[in-house]
This record gives sequence, structure tokens and C-alpha cells, in this order.
Amino acid sequence: MSTSDDIWILGIRMTKFGKHPDRDVVDLASEAVLGALADGGVTMKDIGVIAAGNLMNATAGIGQQLQKQVGQTGVPVYNVANACATGATALRTAIMAVKSGEVDMGLAVGVEKLSGAGLLGGGGVAKADGDTWEPSGRFGAVASTDGRIGTNTMPGVFAQIGMEYGHRYGGTTFELFARISEKNHAHSTLNPLAAYQKQFTLEEIMGDMMISYPNTRPMCSANCDGAAAAVVTNGATLARLSGEQQRRAIKVSASVLTTDPYEEACQVLPNVNTLTRNAARIAYEQAGIGPTDLDLVELHDCFATAELVHYDNLMLCDEGGAVDFFESGAPWRDGTTPVNVSGGLQSKGHPISATGIANVWEVCHHLRGEAGDRQIEGAKVGLAHVIGLGSACGVHVLERSAA
Amino acid sequence: MSQTATSARVPLVEYLVIDDGDPYLVANECTSCGARFFDRRNACASCSGTEFTRVRVASEGELRTFTIVSFAAPGIPVPFVAGVVDCDGTSVRGNVVNTDPDPDHVRVGMPVRLTTFPIGTDRDGTEAIAFGFEPADHHTSTSTDAGSE
Ligand SMILES: [Zn+2]
Repeated sequence: MSTSDDIWILGIRMTKFGKHPDRDVVDLASEAVLGALADGGVTMKDIGVIAAGNLMNATAGIGQQLQKQVGQTGVPVYNVANACATGATALRTAIMAVKSGEVDMGLAVGVEKLSGAGLLGGGGVAKADGDTWEPSGRFGAVASTDGRIGTNTMPGVFAQIGMEYGHRYGGTTFELFARISEKNHAHSTLNPLAAYQKQFTLEEIMGDMMISYPNTRPMCSANCDGAAAAVVTNGATLARLSGEQQRRAIKVSASVLTTDPYEEACQVLPNVNTLTRNAARIAYEQAGIGPTDLDLVELHDCFATAELVHYDNLMLCDEGGAVDFFESGAPWRDGTTPVNVSGGLQSKGHPISATGIANVWEVCHHLRGEAGDRQIEGAKVGLAHVIGLGSACGVHVLERSAA
Repeated sequence: MSQTATSARVPLVEYLVIDDGDPYLVANECTSCGARFFDRRNACASCSGTEFTRVRVASEGELRTFTIVSFAAPGIPVPFVAGVVDCDGTSVRGNVVNTDPDPDHVRVGMPVRLTTFPIGTDRDGTEAIAFGFEPADHHTSTSTDAGSE
């Protein structure tokens, strides 16, 4: 076994992603939490701390609402919100509590109800223009700037991020980005928990409704409902548990959260590159592995244009080599570095706060050899990445138990 | 904020200067490290310095990236081209205007220049002026009062 202060995922579960009109966020969170506890062979009485993430209703205290349904043990709850990195932030919070030695076991949960939420980023800021021009806000704007000075919509922001990569290194086309989406939709057909398990032809993807060039509708993450939860513990505690629990436990070799350091332009167009590269570099150092050791990667493909830049940011390819990396077939499930074999956010779905734990679940599922039809054979080590605009980036490196 | 009773104009944002000859953009430049910002500052995000000077931003630049937005919040006319322009080392967010919003007419790396246009008049008769970037090899004039959209 490993050293006593190593961190392990003991139990983990995600709900089916999709439309759950008859269930509220507490129902979904409860399913994930009870599932994760059962998966780990423990109960709420074993949990010393809870970190709970829910973005759309961040002031509602989802952690305490959850406790009132599944177990009020009086342990501290940290309700966290960090945009699309909320789930990873919850996981990281539970890990830090265990790592600090204050508790032996922690629970992280992320949940979101997002079906029918429509376009994110644009709606919340639109306000009616006033009767008279009055400067307001930090730009002294007399009217809404969304659509007049660039775009606030997520598909538009991430489209520019992909196009900028193409400007810097060349080789990007509408068709290339569409083919990334084609891959993820093809992968999703093997994932029964994905919101959409529909294969698309390249023609269908390129011919679908344009949202923000070059991202058409199937190239955008799917708004849906879902939850995911994980139980984490330390090596000393795991050593006292059963052989079966030790065999199925997944080692957290790295747990990293970063924000974006100042660079020119980062307050003009979000820079999702530097903080991801920083997180990856720290994670590889912590884990003592390199990108070529990874058997699978779940990365934050909120849009097809985003997946491309993260091949580079996570150093899965040489700097500037993301297009060649994709063209080589590497990120397909039978390639050298399978990326988003779950179907990714474009087809599995993106219930924001659940995403950062669900992608860890996907990796764990393969490392345990329990991924069924979509199992990546012999997977020993994987990486899960999320990014939330604002920005926050979470990277977790996971390894199969040696036990 | 000098205002006359008739034909008063206000910029859409404070960093657009319209009452000093040809319109231009200004930035708050950190006096210690040179980082430039367009918003009201508490301190510098790069060095935490608190002294800023107002500097004029180059009005010509290169389109570094763009998207063509076909789907936006209610009330925002689509399609439009949103992008980032490298104005001699200072990145500026803005729309690409006065050209067809399609990938045949807009490309990364194209030279563009600042232009302004009215976006409406309030009940006091004051006109709000917005800015965008147009292709620098565009055949129309650079008139700061385009008159129509
Ligand atoms: Zn500074």
C-alpha cells in the first residue's frame, strides 16, 4: 500500500445526465451521494466534511439541504461556487480537508438543473436600456455592451479562443472543429449515462444551426440536469478497510486548482490557456508522471473550439501541435491518448457543478475496469480537467490501485 | 461631461473619446508596469500598483480573433462579428463592422481601424455613440458620423 497521507477516492457515482423534470436538485444530489457512499462501503456517519457545489442557485445552501435528506450529522459544510469548475472545487475542498488531517473522510458533491436554460452568458446581463443615457458600471457604459462591444455568450467567447489558436499556429478550419465534435458524439454512443447518445455525420454537424461561428449547435455543450459525488479518504484510513475497498479505491495522484495569472489581453478575452497549462504542469509534477503516461483524458470540451486548445494546454502534444495531434487520430478511443471517451460535454452533457466530479467518475470507472463497452483496456492512469470562466481550472490525476 | 442643449452626444463607454477630434480609445495605464485596462481600477492586476495615467490607444490594428454570433440574448441583432483587435500591442474587444458578417469577408490577421456610429437617441435628444472596427482597406470613408447603420 502507499503512504498514509496519500489521497484516495473510495466511492464515486454520477447520475444519468439529461432531463429530469420530476426531480429537484436535492433528489439528484441525494442519488449521487447515496450512490457514492454505497460504492465506497461507508455511510454518512463516516464523513467528516461535506463540500457541495451548485451554481445556478448558489445561495441556497445545497449542502445543508442535502444533509436534511440523507443525514444531518453536524459536520461542517462548505458550499462552493466556481463557475464550470465548481465540481472540481468541491472535490478539491474535500481533499484539502482530508489532507490537512482534520478529517479522515470527506464527501464532495456537485449538482445542477440546467435543462432548458438556453444560452448562458448572454441572458443574465441583458438589461433594458434606460430612458436617458446614464453611465454605469466599471466601463461607464450608457447602454448594454453585449453585442455592441463583442459578445458575452459562452459559444462566442470559446469560438474566439479556438480561432485565436488557429491564428497563432494555423491549420484550423470549420471542418476541423466539426470533426472534433464528430469524435465526441461517436464516443457517446457507448455511454448509457450520457444525455445524448447519438452519432452525427460530419455533414450533419456542419449543417446544423450555427450558434457562433465556427460552433454549430452539436459543437456546444448540452445543457442538462445531473449530479455526481465522491468520497475521499487518506491512505491510513484506507489501510483499515477491506481488501475489496482497497482494490477498488483510486489514488488521487494530483489535485490542483489554479486561476489565471495576469497577462496582456486576459481581461479583454478570457485566457483559458495559461491557467490550464499551469495546472497541468503542477499536476504532472505532483503525480510524478508525464502526459505520455496517460491512458485516457477527460477534458473540458464545453465547445469543440475549446477541446482543441486544451490538447495543447494539457501538453498532450507539442506546443502548437494540437491540429496535428487531432489529425493523427490520437484522441479517438482507439488512439494513443483517448480524449473524452465519455462523449464529453458536447454529448454526455454539462450540468455545470456536476461536471468536475463526473469526469473524475469517468476516469475512475476505466481505472477500475468497470467501464463495460467503452472500457479503455488496461487503463492505469488518467486525467480529468475542467475550466470555469472567470477563471478557475481544476486538474486531477488519478491512478489505479496497486492493491 | 460638457453638454449642449442640442446635438449632444455621449460615448457608449467612458473609454471612447468622441469630443476631441477624431474619435479614439483610451486606457488606464499602470505607471509602474505599463499594464493597460479599460475599466475603472482599484489597482493593477499585474503589479498591484495604484497609479494610472490615461493613454491613447492606437486606432489601427490587426484582427487577432473573431466569431460570428448568430445566436445571442434577446434584443441583440444577429448576425454580428465579435472579435479582439491587437492595436499596436494593446488588445481591444470590439465588433467588426462595415463588412459582411461571414467567413469570406472576415479573417484573422486582417488589418482594421476604429470607426464610430450612433446607436440611438434618448428622450433628452442625446445621441449615444458606439465604436467598432472596420476593414482598413475598406472603400468607404472613415467618417465618424456614418448616419445610418
Ligand atoms: Zn502594474
